[in-house]
Amino acid sequence: MTLIEMSNVGKQYGNIVALHDISLRVNAGEITCVLGDNGAGKSTLIKIMSGLHRHDSGEMRVDGEPKHFGSPREALDRGIATVYQDLAVVALMPVWRNFFLGSELRKGPLKVLDIDTMRRTTRDELARMGIRLGDVEQPIGQLSGGERQCVAIARAIHFGARVLILDEPTAALGVKQSGVVLKYVAAARDAGLGVVFITHNPHHAYLVGDHFILLNRGRMRLDCKRAEISLDDLTREMAGGDELTALTHELERT
Amino acid sequence: MSSTSTAAAERAVPERVARASLAHRLLARPELGSLVGAIAIFIFFFVIADPFRQTSSMATVLYVSSTIGIMAVPVALLMIGGEFDLSAGVNVTASSLFAAMLSFQLSLNVWAGVLVSLVFALGIGFLNGFLVMTTKIPSFLVTLGTFLMLQGANIAITKQVSGQVATDNISDMDGFSSARRVFASSFEVGGVSIRVTVLWWLLFVAIGTWILLRTRFGNWIFAVGGNVDSARAVGVPVRQTKIALFMGVGLCAWFMGMHRLFAFNTVQSGEGVGNEFIYIIAAVIGGCLLTGGYGSAIGAAFGALIFGMTNQGIVYAGWEADWFKFFLGIMLLFATVLNMWVRRLAVHPGRAPRASARMQARRQP
Repeated sequence: MTLIEMSNVGKQYGNIVALHDISLRVNAGEITCVLGDNGAGKSTLIKIMSGLHRHDSGEMRVDGEPKHFGSPREALDRGIATVYQDLAVVALMPVWRNFFLGSELRKGPLKVLDIDTMRRTTRDELARMGIRLGDVEQPIGQLSGGERQCVAIARAIHFGARVLILDEPTAALGVKQSGVVLKYVAAARDAGLGVVFITHNPHHAYLVGDHFILLNRGRMRLDCKRAEISLDDLTREMAGGDELTALTHELERT
Repeated sequence: MSSTSTAAAERAVPERVARASLAHRLLARPELGSLVGAIAIFIFFFVIADPFRQTSSMATVLYVSSTIGIMAVPVALLMIGGEFDLSAGVNVTASSLFAAMLSFQLSLNVWAGVLVSLVFALGIGFLNGFLVMTTKIPSFLVTLGTFLMLQGANIAITKQVSGQVATDNISDMDGFSSARRVFASSFEVGGVSIRVTVLWWLLFVAIGTWILLRTRFGNWIFAVGGNVDSARAVGVPVRQTKIALFMGVGLCAWFMGMHRLFAFNTVQSGEGVGNEFIYIIAAVIGGCLLTGGYGSAIGAAFGALIFGMTNQGIVYAGWEADWFKFFLGIMLLFATVLNMWVRRLAVHPGRAPRASARMQARRQP
């Protein structure tokens, strides 16, 4: 099932072309990897999908309807959740308070926080993602970077996300931690979500991706399914393809 | 210790849970440091100052503490929300001047003055919050501005209206005795006279704690103080939350203003200057983080109690009263260092300093 479909989408900031002629699909139960170097247009692309920016040309369809999101809230209401690299967590607050921040559960005539339910839900939701966290009362800053990413992902899924956009979730992490996060990215896919995985690491992308899109200076340089490309080719394309070959010759020691 | 903790840092999630012992949970409470400090200071004066041991002295200590403690609650909440209010001290005086002059000049029932001055005090709080949120200027500067404005206006308007620097005595006006019962009466417990503000203090601390830990608004307070961008990103109404916190300071400033008015029948227009720092110090001693996002109302109450005990203890011990400020400075420094240490233990339990420094570096957003 196609959740988001972009056809020939473009975006300009003044006279700078940030994106040109981008076409992609985000399917349920699939991971679409968007690769590219710094400044390739990855962030512009996710900002259009998550409602922070509007595209100028082309068409974006959400569940088949043409859509221009006016705000991140609108995108969220359509089930499109974005987990940003800098993570929307408050370090000194307990895990469960972070999990429900902005969507707190309340009960009774005094509208007091339903703490027990929120604690239990947090624990269960994290367990469902395979994160075992006995004490949801600990400050979230006490968790590792990878664990915090996982909590943010679990949170997005719990609050009804159908499309999960992950902005460089492994960029600041070590090898082990990246592995943990990639497992949860795969778990989100298995739960039937459409995942958009933004990264500049082809190795991470190839581990989980079903579909690869490579951006270069705002244009699509590559668009292929997993079966159509090998990791070596993907890495080579990512590293600059022919440019890399030229650079290799240039730097060759005589 | 060092070797086991390094190993512990390497372990996975479930083991980390096992380390969250009762002692750690206790250490994680922001008010622990101030509780220990309050007990230490109590023992200190109990041992060296004879008069301190009498129950009537205790009643006086509680009264002095309550006059600070009632204001320390909203100031602590505001600080947890990431802001300061330097106009808190003079707002107390401004509210009482407003109520006194309005009632006296228009010959109204004093309750009319009391209620209108509530609107006035809330208005000052709203103005502070509105200016901070709209101009994005740090609250330290904005409220320094309102502090100076109120300080000047308090004296200038009082002189203009009553021809002197204090308001006229309102003790023979309608409604005075009932208002006095609410704001400034006393009651006997076992032969000792206790001021009613002590009860109000306990109530305010209880309400403050309830708001912080049991309501959605409390969750928002911690969030806007801890990481305002994250709070905004998940849909917390940052602007309304902060403005409400400033108005909370206004509410309590009004309450203290009413207490002063009905306790002394008249108000000195120059009063209140410098008290804003006392409230802030009580909140900091009570474990509130100066940068926001962490603290408690109960801690602020212990901070106020430390303040009251020291204030009176120095007198009972027969020392020069001027040493009070010196003593206070020491306690502030001591409390800040202690709280920093406690918080480090809370966030990184059982880790060696070396390992925790590394974690600290990684944890920073």
